[in-house]
Amino acid sequence: MDTTRLTQKSAFEWWLEASPPMRVPGILYANEALLREMDDKVLEQMANVASLPGIVQAVYAMPDAHWGYGFPIGGVAAFREDDGVVSAGGVGFDISCGVRTMHTGLTVEDIEPIKEDLAQGLFRHVPAGVGSIGKIHLEPAEMDAMLQGGAEWAVKQGYGRPEDLERIEEHGRMEGARPELISLQAKRRQADEMGTLGSGNHYLEVQQVTEVFDTRVAEAFGVAVGDVLVSIHSGSRGLGHQVATDYSRQMVEAAHKYGLELADLELACAPIQSEEGQAYLGAMRAAINCALANRQILTHLAREAFAYLLPRADLRLIYDVSHNTAKLEEHLIEGKPQRLYVHRKGATRAFGPGHPALPEAFRAVGQPVLIGGTMGTASYILVGTPEGEARSLSSSCHGAGRAMSRHQALKQWRGKELVRELGQRGIIVRSPSPRGVAEEAPGAYKDVTAVVDAAHAAGLSRKVARLEPLICIKG
Amino acid sequence: MTTQLGRWEHFYHQADIGVRGIGPTLDKAFEQAALALTAVITDPARVRPIQAVEIECEAPRVSLLLVDWLNRLIYEMATRRMIFAQFEVHLSPPDLGGALSLHALAWGEPVDPLRHQPAVEVKGATYSELEVKQDPQGHWVVQCVVDV
Repeated sequence: MDTTRLTQKSAFEWWLEASPPMRVPGILYANEALLREMDDKVLEQMANVASLPGIVQAVYAMPDAHWGYGFPIGGVAAFREDDGVVSAGGVGFDISCGVRTMHTGLTVEDIEPIKEDLAQGLFRHVPAGVGSIGKIHLEPAEMDAMLQGGAEWAVKQGYGRPEDLERIEEHGRMEGARPELISLQAKRRQADEMGTLGSGNHYLEVQQVTEVFDTRVAEAFGVAVGDVLVSIHSGSRGLGHQVATDYSRQMVEAAHKYGLELADLELACAPIQSEEGQAYLGAMRAAINCALANRQILTHLAREAFAYLLPRADLRLIYDVSHNTAKLEEHLIEGKPQRLYVHRKGATRAFGPGHPALPEAFRAVGQPVLIGGTMGTASYILVGTPEGEARSLSSSCHGAGRAMSRHQALKQWRGKELVRELGQRGIIVRSPSPRGVAEEAPGAYKDVTAVVDAAHAAGLSRKVARLEPLICIKG
Repeated sequence: MTTQLGRWEHFYHQADIGVRGIGPTLDKAFEQAALALTAVITDPARVRPIQAVEIECEAPRVSLLLVDWLNRLIYEMATRRMIFAQFEVHLSPPDLGGALSLHALAWGEPVDPLRHQPAVEVKGATYSELEVKQDPQGHWVVQCVVDV
């Protein structure tokens, strides 16, 4: 990225000043090295988003931002409820893709002797990869109940425990879902995909806590050095992808109907207060419930695999965050509370201490922000900050972010060699696809530590703990 | 060199992949774009064209028709758990309302994880970098970015 186009406000804050047709500036949180790695297209896309009607304050890029489609990945933009727009491309294809992390109640010493068996057990028990199907087949009535109920539905079906729900955004169930506005195609795509991990950058990882940066918050989250955790990265599967496809197409026509000029078709959007805008919001909320139910079922499968080998294991959910959403939230804009639809595309909500949406256990310290790394690098737990509200509408980064295309990665690495090399470092990788592993090579991503350090230094969220992978199940 | 059948290629996108089909006619360019889509997932040469699926779609513009075509293939792959390697596409000229329609057959087989080694599932075709144009040699070039 050409940083001469930006005004530097601090070591970690850079502005793309608003010039017509931009209505607000673009604000990037990153250090200079991360900015240089970003494509110039990120700025182009930020400027396009900043030109949409009803946008407030600024369009933000998180430290892991990269060139997306329409909106940048790692982008945050909020629109006024009364005269703003909602965009399917601003949420993304994998609606409510996210990460959840569980404590196992075990330490590294408990895991080491059975690590190989555990990896094999998880790989056999958790469907992963292209074309894999789950054991649950949903008939239409059950599908609608799932789309209304989210993780709450899953718990009622016996997948997980009631106490899991308070550790999930929206308490496991997104209000305002409209399953009847989801196409038959989307529902068909999901019929056999409940409790499947997916492919690409989705994973299930067994991790150890290797460092704690903030003891007080780590205690509130229940993590200490040596603890073994399980993290799951997955989303709304085929249903979410099809909802995005269906509504992006509708919004291309809606934008034309409402006279919205688009610099890029992928910015296709509709006024929030329009039939098309409301329909998308209802369908998107149902897709969020699909993702929450899916991660809940995956949690149940992980618990079963652990129970078989380690009956002592007790997988307690720490928290579940979603990355690709547009949610109605109240934020302080120029000192006044405003109701806004906050689009986070590849960005994590990061509420600071005291926020009423947080469960009692975290109310005093802030929301856990779970940052997934790659199969060969660290992941991090951070916490939302009080200053994050003014900085980025309480948003933070979501992962390492790709630095290299899949093609470049494929030229540089071989899947089987990578699995062997990681094995020598004590990380067991299981995947149905060696090519998939090569495309997801750790070296194809940005340095997650640099991303997290930038989010910390910019005050978007603060570091709590560092996790290192022991076992990685890749789709 | 573009043959009678055309050719396909991928183009650079930092996180996702661009698919491009090139052919002497729009029909052939659409077929090649579909091959480029398959190549995101696996080597098309590993796929046996033993089962045909019929696809029809309609759109107000040819560029939107390309996205709809690729999205229909993604849908058929996901719900049938198949992968396709041979295509026969026929575009019909615009009707009185200006809408274009596409009639196609896609041949392939059920996904076999061992033989196909599928790398990634494609979530959807996007409007990013969407183009339908003729190059100076008169070949049709059709392209867009797909989300993986």
